[in-house]
Amino acid sequence: MGNCSNEHRGTSFSASAASLSNPLICSSINTFFFLDKYIFSQKSCDGKNIGTYSTASLLALSIIDLCETFYCHLGVNVPDHAMTFRSLCNLLQDSVTPFVVSVHAKECAGVYFCISTLTIRIIGLLQKSTQVFPQRTESLTNSDFPQSLPVVVIFKDFEAFNSQVLQDFILICSRYTQELPFIFIFGIATSPSAIQHRLPHSVSSLLCIEVFHSLSCTQHLASVFDKLILNSQFPFKLSSRVIQVLVGIFLYHDFSVQNFVKGLQFSMLEHFKSQPLSMLCCQKQEALLSAKTLSKKNVERIRHLPSFMRYVETQEPQEQVRLLTNDEHVKEVCQKLLKNLHKYHKNYYPILQCLHSLTSSLPKFPLGKHIRELHVSCIEKNLWETEEYDSALQLLRILAKDELVAALRKCAEILKSTKILQNVLQQLEDFIGRLEALEEDSSGNGIISGKMEYQKTDLFQLQKTLLEKESRRTKRMNPFEVLRSQVIEFIDSLVREYLTPAELQPLNEVCYYSSSGVLRQRLNVTPRTSIQAALSHPFYYLQNESLKTDAGTISSAAPDLCIVYKLHLECGRLINLYDWLEAFLTVMSAAEDQDTNSEDARFIQAVSEMEFLGFIKSTKQKTDHVARLTWGGC
Amino acid sequence: MKIHICLTGIKTIILDCNNISQYSVFLINSALMNRRDIMSAVNPDQYSYPSVFIYGHRATGKSHVVLSIMKDLELPHASVDCVECVSSGLLFHQVLSAFFGPDAAALLPRCPSLSDFVRLYKQMSSNSPATQTRYIILDRAERMRDMDFSLLPALLRLQELVNDNVTVILLSEIVWEKFRPNTGCFEPLLFHFPDYSKGKSLVQILSWDHHPSYTPELYASYINILLGVFFSVCRDLRELRHLAVLNFSKFCEPLEKGEAKESDIHKLWKNIEPHLQRAMQTVYLREVSSVQWEQQQMDEKEATTLRVLSAHAHIELPYYSKFLLIAAYLASFNPARTDRRFFLKSHGKIRKTNFLKKHEKTSNHLLGPKPFPLDRLMAIFYSVVDSRVAPTASVFSQISSLVTLQLLSQVGHDDQLDSPKYKCSVSLDFILAISRCVCVCVRLLDLLALSLVIQSQVVRQERSLFTAVSNLHLL
Repeated sequence: MGNCSNEHRGTSFSASAASLSNPLICSSINTFFFLDKYIFSQKSCDGKNIGTYSTASLLALSIIDLCETFYCHLGVNVPDHAMTFRSLCNLLQDSVTPFVVSVHAKECAGVYFCISTLTIRIIGLLQKSTQVFPQRTESLTNSDFPQSLPVVVIFKDFEAFNSQVLQDFILICSRYTQELPFIFIFGIATSPSAIQHRLPHSVSSLLCIEVFHSLSCTQHLASVFDKLILNSQFPFKLSSRVIQVLVGIFLYHDFSVQNFVKGLQFSMLEHFKSQPLSMLCCQKQEALLSAKTLSKKNVERIRHLPSFMRYVETQEPQEQVRLLTNDEHVKEVCQKLLKNLHKYHKNYYPILQCLHSLTSSLPKFPLGKHIRELHVSCIEKNLWETEEYDSALQLLRILAKDELVAALRKCAEILKSTKILQNVLQQLEDFIGRLEALEEDSSGNGIISGKMEYQKTDLFQLQKTLLEKESRRTKRMNPFEVLRSQVIEFIDSLVREYLTPAELQPLNEVCYYSSSGVLRQRLNVTPRTSIQAALSHPFYYLQNESLKTDAGTISSAAPDLCIVYKLHLECGRLINLYDWLEAFLTVMSAAEDQDTNSEDARFIQAVSEMEFLGFIKSTKQKTDHVARLTWGGC
Repeated sequence: MKIHICLTGIKTIILDCNNISQYSVFLINSALMNRRDIMSAVNPDQYSYPSVFIYGHRATGKSHVVLSIMKDLELPHASVDCVECVSSGLLFHQVLSAFFGPDAAALLPRCPSLSDFVRLYKQMSSNSPATQTRYIILDRAERMRDMDFSLLPALLRLQELVNDNVTVILLSEIVWEKFRPNTGCFEPLLFHFPDYSKGKSLVQILSWDHHPSYTPELYASYINILLGVFFSVCRDLRELRHLAVLNFSKFCEPLEKGEAKESDIHKLWKNIEPHLQRAMQTVYLREVSSVQWEQQQMDEKEATTLRVLSAHAHIELPYYSKFLLIAAYLASFNPARTDRRFFLKSHGKIRKTNFLKKHEKTSNHLLGPKPFPLDRLMAIFYSVVDSRVAPTASVFSQISSLVTLQLLSQVGHDDQLDSPKYKCSVSLDFILAISRCVCVCVRLLDLLALSLVIQSQVVRQERSLFTAVSNLHLL
């Protein structure tokens, strides 16, 4: 039963994995929509453009500004570039010109290779009139090439191109641009000023450059978060630790959205593989159906879930007994709890967005700049018990009226779009109405309080009056302040009701993947540490009882490589091979039935393996010595 | 060989040609004022001088003068741009197909040598002997030096080799002395195209394409203003013309609005000057395209946003990449001896007087970055980063991605696997910008400050030391 449903989950998992990659493509397409539109407009006025130039430059000295060039300024997230360019390429091919060619720096070691790859690809695109195999661009222009369409050349990694090759290529293209319009698209990962570093002015003056910036990778990440993680439609959830690991890898290491999505996919796989109860992690109706038909084993598993045990403890003693003995009752309760969990998620996200929109404009961002930070702190612990939350509420309490109204309006918009929590929406709109109704009164108040009697006072008296004023203010708030504190209390109550930590929800283990340690081990690998662990503690990988040793001793039963490795740890920068061999032989002699002849050979083999692994290298500084390359344990 | 000076004749021919505009005539005219000698080489009917070398800066009209003479006199010529000729075979191919048609060029073997070319040329020219001198025009001839070493001397006396009335014209931006091979060669006729002078020729040429609805005087004064701004950075005629066309509408704006009269040169100057300065920073450097620039002129408000977009945006790097870059910078510009002092918490006491050797006191910024091994980079990286960082694969892959972004560069070719060496190739300003957005910790700033102090030779001058450190703290 469990097996069967797991299989079933497998199919729907692959479907959702396919949908996972969509948002990135969507957003990158959005990014380039502007570019696309631009090229369209250019195309329409292209002929005109050339016309004006040829009349303007009566002499046809040479063509300035005719090779159109676009710099796509992308982030450094190299793995994402391929996908972005692929979608851009498809987009251009569909809408602008069929002749879109993308080249890599690797393929363009020289101008000849650059041009030949270009021509071969264009000919591949033409797929006709290949009787004469054109070797050069010129002969290509002479063939029956559709004249009006430009050739788009995408240089994927501009930084890696040899600048001389690029210069020559641009010079050659500029000679033929009247017969064959070229559009270059350079993908730049650093800054647009890379152009000045790579190309001299004589070459860059032949280009007409427009700079396009892709969305920054954090914005990409935010959109992925919105679509996949902060979404109640998507039953699979991540715990706060896992989110922190994934976001940490993203921010600290690679800035790659694609890798982030892969991490998400991996954690999903892990979750469905390691947690048998994950069969309940699906859409509400399906989940309820499978909860009805839970197997005996799975019911037992549910009873062992920490969150379920916590739930049982809160019940009446009679109920507790029923829950622990009656399987059918567990199934019913399970359905109820699943319903609650779904309801919790449904309410959680709109309120989270509301809170974020309220606090994201506060100075110093007490609850975080991004919604993901707020989300992490919400599902981790009781938000209202944190200091940051207190300070955020403090700041909200001193908001001016127009700011408050605007913020509440935003919240109302968010709630309107979700179409749930209608009563909360009503209350919010009620507050907004009351705040706006206050307008006339408060302005009247302002005028009255503005009329103050000013007289000469000494410092003591001033202090006194100020103190009096302060106390008066605390005693008697004007209507706006009363209403404002009501609003804040209302928001506070919302947070306490809806933004409870997910880990406290019964049955949260079904949906939440929480083993962050496994994830970190799998995604953020430390090859050197594992090699060193394998060499110093062979038991860890080989699981052979005879290899169990105390720390500090060298067992002769260990593989030769391990013995040699441990011995080399005791040496300095240069290792005397003979001493090393002697030490090795001493260790080996502890074991009895050894053939002494083969030991030298085994030693040499182990040493060459060490060299292969990069721990030592041969040196010319001293005869019969090798140099050590690594220092310290990790 | 008799030198015919048929300057006047050619001039009339050019003037008679209707398809060439007055403007080009003017330019050719002005070119010929100084350069009438060139005509001596162009004498179609007799055997002419075997090779001519023409040099001058960019956009002084070398190719234009030569090509328009060829065109107007309808002389048989083959014009080849040497940039295209990645092999000499391509050059031969183009020359043969220009003179004798593509069929002749197809007879060339797969990897033609010079002798193949000469043989084919002889064969073809005997079939169709020259009635006029044939001209081979090689643009950007400086590229020929990178090709086969025998090619240039052979082309210079091609006339002898093929026994045909052929002249090779070399066009280049550099002087002949840089071409002359070690073994010596036939000396071509040399012509120099000098730069246009600011006062006379440039203004005259540029004011030739004046707007029909304004007086030539106004346009000439506009050109004077334009040259006042741009002449110091750019003498390229093409570029200047391009800029002149781009900015003229802005210049005329007050006239169209009726705020100024054509005689109000000063007012117009005040109006256009800041605009031109801005153009020098953006359009001239190709940071915005001319289309964008025109849009900006339409709408000044949008201009600011666009300019912000195109300004040197800071590079987005992952957190650890920034630290790696900072560590690389410190490793590149600090002597390795000082590492113990800067990065170890309990370093031994070092006597100040003998701390730095004499040669180390010269500013490291003057000496440029020094290579450092990977180990040192990682050691500095670990001591600079606050938190404990595991030596994960992605940390190391960040180093190689920094190399592909050319922020670091790998040096040395031996032992790339075991102990690679790198150099940091970014400037101090860049590093300061990065460390400003990365580090809240004062310690790192201190480190940078110390390395700065050492580099700027102010160890002994306490005052400047304090200012340097406090400046960094202010950052």
